[in-house]
Amino acid sequence: MEPVKAIEMKGICKAFGSVKANEDVDLSVFNGEVHALLGENGAGKSTLVNILSGIYRQDSGTVAVYGEEVRFTSPKDPISMGIGMIHQHFKLVDVMTAKQNIALGKGKGLFSRSRRLSDEIRAISDQYGLDVAPDKKVYNMSVGEKQTLEIIKVLKRGARILILDEPTAVLTPQEIRRLFQIIRNMRDNGCAVIIITHKLSEVMEISDRITVLRKGRTIGTVKTSAVQVPALIEMMVGKKVDLAILKENTGDQKNAILEVDNLHVVNSDHKSALTGISFTLHAGEILGIAGVAGSGQKEICETIAGLTRAEKGRIFFEGENIIGKTPRDIIRLGIRMGFIPEDRLGMGLIGSMDIVHNLILKDYQNQPGVFLRRKPCEAKAKSIVERLDIQTPGINYPVKKLSGGNIQKVLLGREIDSDPKVLITAYPVRGLDIGASYKIYDLLNEQKKRGAGVLFIGEDLDVLMDLCDRVMVFCMGKITGIVNPDEVTKEQIGLLMTDGKEGLAHDRI
Amino acid sequence: MTGFKIVKREDLPKNREWIIRTLAILFSVICAGLVIWILGFNPFNVFSSMITGALGTEIRLQQTILKAIPLIVTSLGILVAFKMKFWNIGGEGQIIMGALAAAYVALNVEGLPKPLMLLLMAAAAMIAGGIWAFIPAFFKAKMGVNETIFTLMLNYIAIKFVTYLQYGPWKSPESQGFPKVAPFPANAVLPKLFGIHIGWVIALLLIILIHIFINHTKKGFEITVVGESKETARYAGMNISSIIIVAMLLSGGLCGLTGMIQASAVEKTLAASLSGGYGFTAIITTWLAQLNAIAVLFVCIAFAVLLQGGAYIQISMQIPAAVADMMQGIILFFVLGSEFFLQYRIKMTKGNTKNREVA
Repeated sequence: MEPVKAIEMKGICKAFGSVKANEDVDLSVFNGEVHALLGENGAGKSTLVNILSGIYRQDSGTVAVYGEEVRFTSPKDPISMGIGMIHQHFKLVDVMTAKQNIALGKGKGLFSRSRRLSDEIRAISDQYGLDVAPDKKVYNMSVGEKQTLEIIKVLKRGARILILDEPTAVLTPQEIRRLFQIIRNMRDNGCAVIIITHKLSEVMEISDRITVLRKGRTIGTVKTSAVQVPALIEMMVGKKVDLAILKENTGDQKNAILEVDNLHVVNSDHKSALTGISFTLHAGEILGIAGVAGSGQKEICETIAGLTRAEKGRIFFEGENIIGKTPRDIIRLGIRMGFIPEDRLGMGLIGSMDIVHNLILKDYQNQPGVFLRRKPCEAKAKSIVERLDIQTPGINYPVKKLSGGNIQKVLLGREIDSDPKVLITAYPVRGLDIGASYKIYDLLNEQKKRGAGVLFIGEDLDVLMDLCDRVMVFCMGKITGIVNPDEVTKEQIGLLMTDGKEGLAHDRI
Repeated sequence: MTGFKIVKREDLPKNREWIIRTLAILFSVICAGLVIWILGFNPFNVFSSMITGALGTEIRLQQTILKAIPLIVTSLGILVAFKMKFWNIGGEGQIIMGALAAAYVALNVEGLPKPLMLLLMAAAAMIAGGIWAFIPAFFKAKMGVNETIFTLMLNYIAIKFVTYLQYGPWKSPESQGFPKVAPFPANAVLPKLFGIHIGWVIALLLIILIHIFINHTKKGFEITVVGESKETARYAGMNISSIIIVAMLLSGGLCGLTGMIQASAVEKTLAASLSGGYGFTAIITTWLAQLNAIAVLFVCIAFAVLLQGGAYIQISMQIPAAVADMMQGIILFFVLGSEFFLQYRIKMTKGNTKNREVA
């Protein structure tokens, strides 16, 4: 097939207030090509594809589809031009079947022609190697199936240009492989595919060409076959980054510091979220937790931290059972435990308050009297800002106005300030750029060296395997294995994530 | 083709912020003047007599301050609740219940010296107002019931109940058939200081106390944290239910105190009308003061000038009462509307690229 320029974006600028999300960005994508859009968080990838899918309108610059200049005024326009977007968060109606979801928002007539629709779906499925049962309800589907359904939905509307926003974030390695096969089939059928991701290994595997964005600008477009990972990182970050995570062996002083014994937790929907969890966290180790999102990671953190009540089971902190203790008890009893929750500004910090007040949050309960003492925390704030190199105009500056990495440093700084013996971290590098992520890994390693037991919940298997001494795999609220990352492969962990049964991991999500 | 779009502002320098606010007030005055002019009055005369009506003589100034006092005390009560993002729309009911309790004490307890009597009345009023706020707070804390509707509905129950008392069991036999509650005895009336009842001293003291409470005490900090994020409060080990209940007892208690002040010093009896809409007006003043206790003082005085000036032009210039209400509405519209321009700016765009309609 003769390569045709499916998309050509030139000189795209888009500003939100004084923040320039896109500045003079160029992107051209050919038919029959998988084009990766690569960049750190905040580099402007999402803004660019949102312009392409009609959600935002550019301030200046031009968009041409199949050589014809267009100006989208609503998200309907790109659809009619054959552009389909698959969002990170699926837009499906849970209680409807696959077929009903596909028919949604499409029908002109009053009645849906069920039979013909089934035939059409089958035709599309056969053409691209997709596999979905037309009469299966969405709530019975795994994440992988839902994604497939989204793809069919978009193809059914006649899309020849597909945009996938972080499609692999919620998938297991096995599901990712299947998705990539689908993407290749689409490419071979002459579709243009734009895939957004920040996972470099995936970019190298699936894409034909790569456009790198940094701070809203195009850094360049390269052929995947002609580029190496370190060069890509340099393009993304703007400088050379040493990607090795140091894993130091802290010796064999294996003192158990936290023991979880046969823990059962029920979530707010009265469904079992954790069943029979037992593990031991030792001093001076980083214990990783891997698993598909929603496998019980949030619940295990919050139960240990005292935020969620356990149905059954025991948690020993240095030999003392702390089950049933509230966060208040834990603070008052001086149990040295730090917790970095997943939602930093929603749970760990108060965005509108300054660093000092955010430090007081954990201290004030043990202050005597009725008045709040800012003074001791001011000194502490200064030392944390200095020690962790937090970029802020001052300690009296609202934390929500800081960058993601600096917000995380404030939170981490507060939690490690009391020299915790146990540090629980839920997705501590989510949304951070590469430099900030490595700073966080260093800090965690520092804690490990100091003798703290660190529980690390991560989503990137590569990082989990590089950073952690042991990796514990969760599947549907159960532990399916605790492995030494030096002795297993990524695929083996992937299998544990689904308990050996493909697709099963998502049944309860 | 030209168009415009709305763009979110970055941080605005303080002086620009004040320019926008001042402009809003200026525009509202112009707009109100226009309305007055259409109605056939000279706007300049009307405005100047509003000012002199509110501040011109000692008696008028006293009247203005009399209106500011309940507004300030109620606003402080509302402030405590709003700081927690608990939308207490029940100020009216809490004022009435406070007045009811104070009246019960005043009419039934005999032979107490004046200071003790007043303290007892104030305590009873604060407890009654507090209970009236505790009811929705309890249901909010334990079951997540929507407090806005709940507090609003409790207003009507309180007002209708006092109306019933006024027309029924509590009707004074000496009132010659008028539906009136008996006047308070002399030892149940707040004393005066510099010609105005000492409610103004109470109001000033409370401003300072609430300012310290919100900004410098642990409880105040907890209330602010709960308002900002319940999850963070839970994470920090706060007992959210008890914080909600304590804050609402305080909020309702302050509103109840307003009821006692109004009943004791202004009406000198219990009347269903004594809340006078202060419970609702206080929502506006608290909001305009941006939940800052010190700012409440100035906003409430400005509002009292508006209320008193509006009342004055009714009498002196025969301008219908509705005009004064309308002016309040216009001013509010502009001042609250200016918040939009503090957050966003409007940018004109020129369509220079070729426009191609798709689909």
